[in-house]
Amino acid sequence: MDHPLSELLKSALGDAISQVTLFRDEVTLHTSRERILDVLTHLRDVQQFDMLTDETCVDYYPREPRFGILYQLYSIPRNLRVRVKVMLSEYDASLPSAVPVYRNANWLEREIYDLFGIHFEGHPDLRRILLPPDYPGHPLRKEVPIAVEENAFSFNRARIDAAKPYATE
Amino acid sequence: MTIAEPPIRVEDAPHNAVRVEDVQLDITLEQLKKLVSPRALTGETMLLNMGPQHPSTHGVLRLLLELDGETIVSCIPDIGYLHTGIEKTAEGKTYLKAIPLTDRTDYLAPMSNNLAFCGAVEKLVGIDVPIRAQYLRVILMELTRMNSHLVWLGTHALDIGAMSMFLYCMREREMILDIYEAVSGARMMSSYIRPGGLWRDVPAHFPQLVQRVLDVFPRRILEYEKLLKENPLWKERTVGIGKISAQDAIAWGMTGPCLRGSGVNYDVRKAQPYSSYDHFEFSVPVGSNGDVYDRYKCRMEEFNQSLKIIKQAMDRLPPGPVMTDDRKVAPPPKHEIAYSMESLIHHFKLWTEGFRAPEGEVYFAVESGKGEYGVLLSGDGSPKPRRVHFRAPSFHNLQPLGEISKGALLADIVAIIGSIDIVLGDVDR
Repeated sequence: MDHPLSELLKSALGDAISQVTLFRDEVTLHTSRERILDVLTHLRDVQQFDMLTDETCVDYYPREPRFGILYQLYSIPRNLRVRVKVMLSEYDASLPSAVPVYRNANWLEREIYDLFGIHFEGHPDLRRILLPPDYPGHPLRKEVPIAVEENAFSFNRARIDAAKPYATE
Repeated sequence: MTIAEPPIRVEDAPHNAVRVEDVQLDITLEQLKKLVSPRALTGETMLLNMGPQHPSTHGVLRLLLELDGETIVSCIPDIGYLHTGIEKTAEGKTYLKAIPLTDRTDYLAPMSNNLAFCGAVEKLVGIDVPIRAQYLRVILMELTRMNSHLVWLGTHALDIGAMSMFLYCMREREMILDIYEAVSGARMMSSYIRPGGLWRDVPAHFPQLVQRVLDVFPRRILEYEKLLKENPLWKERTVGIGKISAQDAIAWGMTGPCLRGSGVNYDVRKAQPYSSYDHFEFSVPVGSNGDVYDRYKCRMEEFNQSLKIIKQAMDRLPPGPVMTDDRKVAPPPKHEIAYSMESLIHHFKLWTEGFRAPEGEVYFAVESGKGEYGVLLSGDGSPKPRRVHFRAPSFHNLQPLGEISKGALLADIVAIIGSIDIVLGDVDR
């Protein structure tokens, strides 16, 4: 592998990285949730990946483990991007929060919690961010259909009355 | 014969299905109490709601402000009022049909969003874009940056009290919207950039329209600067207000003029050039103090740099096609459909099924007017994306607002919001 990031493989993180994939010139490091904070701390402090560009979740539904948490990192001094990926099972969808390493993970993880229902351990303020607090479920999961519209218009007198009790005379 | 719907009991009706006592809140009062200082709970400091309908929050941003007199003790941004589920909706559309959704994230800079999404699709599928399309994209990108900055300058100045700036900026913005209309037919929701190139070539009078911008803008920018740059009132409201250090700005993931105002020279156009930005000469203005005034100066200089890029691209605009000739992703020209059966099939397949993208994830970022606009795209081998995530610059630039505004005066928060230049469509998506 002649990508500039191949040295990462030889570095101290060797055993924390289970796999390195190269797709369209983008490097993805696969790690486990037990080691994710070690990996992120090493990347920030030793490898100078000083900016967490993005953190998000992908739902690979029929597969198990189902959720992939992607950390998109960027290094301003080295001008390099790298992606770190952690796979999570549907039945135990939780992992340590990255806020101690990257401050801006705060809102990003709230968004993932809101839309995917992934629990971040040790997050300082894990509330819903985009949806109201009484919203049922987590809409970006694949089991939620893309659009369900209630029948807004009906000639059924009983249905109209039921929906609007005040409309009966 | 008509079939009657079965009568529905009141408690089963959809609008009455959720009763107050059934509502499950996944939040506790203790969690909310932690957000403010203990002094707020005793009534020593005042809690004030600003927004979501406050005009200077630039949309539907709600701020929960804890005030000690006029000083801000803490500021808690509350977002989500404009959440439209664009990312979820895009999962149900083919790659081509998802483009109109991207217009609606940062609706003041639609072309940047188009390019970020199309760039990600091109990277995922492996499409080459003709050089003329790349140059036209650069021209449109820079016009979009000016469009975005004009709205920023107008509203920012309006918030601080310079009313006439808003009128001037909107007047000049018309010229750019006219160009949008000429190329795409729409003044705001353009959807002009497509995977593989552009929807169509620019019209014959496009060079005149751009030339008008190039002729008029330099002296307009001087006018704006004459009004604001050395204006003592303007400087009093902006110099030293809303400071953020370079380290903090990086740690918070700020990008664009907000990061460069703090003295960090990071611009995606220079760092990782896309769409042949490396063919053009331009400089990236960088501030030093990281305050509202430096962010203002950075953006004002970006006007001049954008004009410089547009001029170079117009002078060297090559002839040729504006769409890739790969028929698997680009529709065939109309005249070909008339005699080629294969073209007809391609056309039919493209508009009904769409093209397939391979399994894998890509990240593609452009420098929009507000910062790094990235798209994380995950394909699953089908014509629809598995996941689209927009890395919205406004979302990241807004996050440290609580940090920046701590200790500022209530009146300053208006200047700070204006200077970080958020668009709520981009924040909430």
